[in-house]
Amino acid sequence: MQLYVDSTKCSGCNACRVACSLNLFGESNPKKSALVIKPHFPVPGVYEVKVCTQCGDCAAVCPEEAIKLNSKGAWYVDFDQCNLCEACVPECPEDVMFVRVELANAAWKCDLCGDCVDMCGTSALWIEEKETAGV
Amino acid sequence: MNGYGGKILRVNLTTGKITKEQTPADVARDFIGGRGFGAYFLYKEVPQGADPLGPDNKLIISSGPMSGLMIPGAGKCDFTTKSPLTGGYASASMGGHFTAEIKYAGLDSIILEGISPKPVYLFINDDKIELRDAKEFWGMGTISVEKQFKDKLGEEYQVAVIGPGGENVVPYACINHDFGRQAGRGGVGAVMGVKKVKAIVIHGTKSIPVSDTTAYRQAGKALYKACKDASFLAEWTRYGTTVVTSWCDEVGALPTRNFSAGSFEDGKNLYGSVMRDKIVITDKGCFGCPSPCGKYSRSKKYSSYVEGPEYETIGLMGSNLGISDIEAVAQANLLADDAGLDTISAGNAIGWAMECYENGIFTKTDTDGVDLRFGNVEATFELIGKISRKEGLGALLSEGVKKASQKIGKGSEKFAIHVKGMEQSAYATHNATAMLLAYMTCDVGAHHNRAWAITYDLQVGRDLVVPEKVARVIWLQNFRPMFDVLGGCRLQWVELGIDRDLYIPALEAITGIHRTWVDYEKVGERIWNLTRMFWARENNGFGRSWDLPAPRFYEEAPKSGATKGQITKIEDVHRLLDMYYEQRGWNKDGMPTPERLSALNLAELVA
Repeated sequence: MQLYVDSTKCSGCNACRVACSLNLFGESNPKKSALVIKPHFPVPGVYEVKVCTQCGDCAAVCPEEAIKLNSKGAWYVDFDQCNLCEACVPECPEDVMFVRVELANAAWKCDLCGDCVDMCGTSALWIEEKETAGV
Repeated sequence: MNGYGGKILRVNLTTGKITKEQTPADVARDFIGGRGFGAYFLYKEVPQGADPLGPDNKLIISSGPMSGLMIPGAGKCDFTTKSPLTGGYASASMGGHFTAEIKYAGLDSIILEGISPKPVYLFINDDKIELRDAKEFWGMGTISVEKQFKDKLGEEYQVAVIGPGGENVVPYACINHDFGRQAGRGGVGAVMGVKKVKAIVIHGTKSIPVSDTTAYRQAGKALYKACKDASFLAEWTRYGTTVVTSWCDEVGALPTRNFSAGSFEDGKNLYGSVMRDKIVITDKGCFGCPSPCGKYSRSKKYSSYVEGPEYETIGLMGSNLGISDIEAVAQANLLADDAGLDTISAGNAIGWAMECYENGIFTKTDTDGVDLRFGNVEATFELIGKISRKEGLGALLSEGVKKASQKIGKGSEKFAIHVKGMEQSAYATHNATAMLLAYMTCDVGAHHNRAWAITYDLQVGRDLVVPEKVARVIWLQNFRPMFDVLGGCRLQWVELGIDRDLYIPALEAITGIHRTWVDYEKVGERIWNLTRMFWARENNGFGRSWDLPAPRFYEEAPKSGATKGQITKIEDVHRLLDMYYEQRGWNKDGMPTPERLSALNLAELVA
């Protein structure tokens, strides 16, 4: 399974990011979410959304093997095992692997909980099997 | 405090002193946040008789307990001040992402006091808060300044900025944010301008505490689900506020040629469907909004990009000026946004000037040589700039239609469309008595958002003058502004029709305080009465005569359109007020009685 996005449908509201932080940390704080929304305004007037493709490149380089697969087939960070080395961050092709020591004492990423999809009013986000997705 | 940033930030611009204090728990209990905080701090702290443009006036910027949380539309920010346009209470609501950032910075309100000796901007990055030199930005348009801050500081920073209109203290200057959202009405941008604050840039990384995370998450999800299940979601999101343009034209509510009629013969060219097909490129939402009404547009004709136009701008800068080209309206919108002018008041001022020109009160000598007939697009563009610079005819129009018409006289007061000095927003009210009463009694002047009663008029009979209609207006005035108090948006309730009781468990989980809508409406009534007392405190002779609408709506029936020949009798205007005052518990001159103030726990504050 994988999270997909159609950026043309994104209205930049950030509901997905609040929901994400609530799932990952039990907090309401979009700076602690695993999605990125890049607004491009005033020109050309579009949003660009970055989401995790579950490629696993982050897990492959983690020296602590702290990035593990969950029951949904998604890579997640075991917070207790993360040593904040940041080896994973540059490996992420979508820039959605996060270490911000001022905000959290572990790295974080999308664990495919699906809450972002539930909040999105414009159906810009969805979860689908990798091989069947029509994007 | 759960649901709150926890601190009030005070910035004394005269001395440069920046202080923080705990958000007072009793004020949070009685006024909750947002607009409630604004009304409380304004009444309590701005001394009687303060010059709106002097150092004693304050600009109070407030989030609410919903702001920044997982609640649909939790992105509304309140800007309260003593209005330089009306001399009374001003409260302007701005969408976007600013209010959420206030909370993430650990704040609830930002209070700007005094006057800076030089142009500055307020920089907030969590606990690092500074006044910085804004010389390089002074004189620039809002869009360029916001873009420069975003480029320099990053997209996580949120920016509220004034344009030349605010710098030049045009009494209806607005504050801009997110390339197209505004705190539009009542001149909040002029107050920021006279204080020499070009911008506020803010970034916060703090999490907002809530009382019960599990219950909040569950209730938040239920609210989003209700929005997503709403049958009107797709159509509303496609057109946003422009969904009403065609309806208003059909029922005679679309302001046409300075409100002389309510239907526009070329109105079809301005309808939401035309705009969507012709210019809209992106749906743009405020914080947390599942039903984004913001429409971001590109005009090929003018090679420009703008958020909007919203219905209000289409009404006031389109049909009200006899302009039927949606791209021209979009361009006028952009010019006003960049100059930092409220499109509603500016559209009224230009419409009034066009009427003065058409009926011979103005000649080309008065209009700087311009043929200022209705429909003149280029003249409209030109006047927006001149108003923001107070140049030529723009200097007169920058004063607002009340003062401008008092200066010019010659009967022009009769078609100056305002209440209490605030120009009327985009609903023509020749024959829609609940909406007319809503405008007459609105707490800032002729603005629609407190009680959008026009659909109710059409439902129950538009010319009816009955106590039920008055009761409806009062209920709307107590209930709808509670969203501005809570720091969220009312449109999920208004437009998607979601069950308002879904908010109750969410708010309880956030704040830990159980309140029903009856409780919230009582807070709404408390604020309504407090702002009424503010008007009276600041204006000698304040009372019934201040609640009268523009004479056009009781003296001069439209000659064309859906409301042709229709008008509200002056006797009915007074009957509406009689019933309104009685139901509000006010005296015959429209002032709250001591008993009413006591019942609302306001006696001490207003003593």
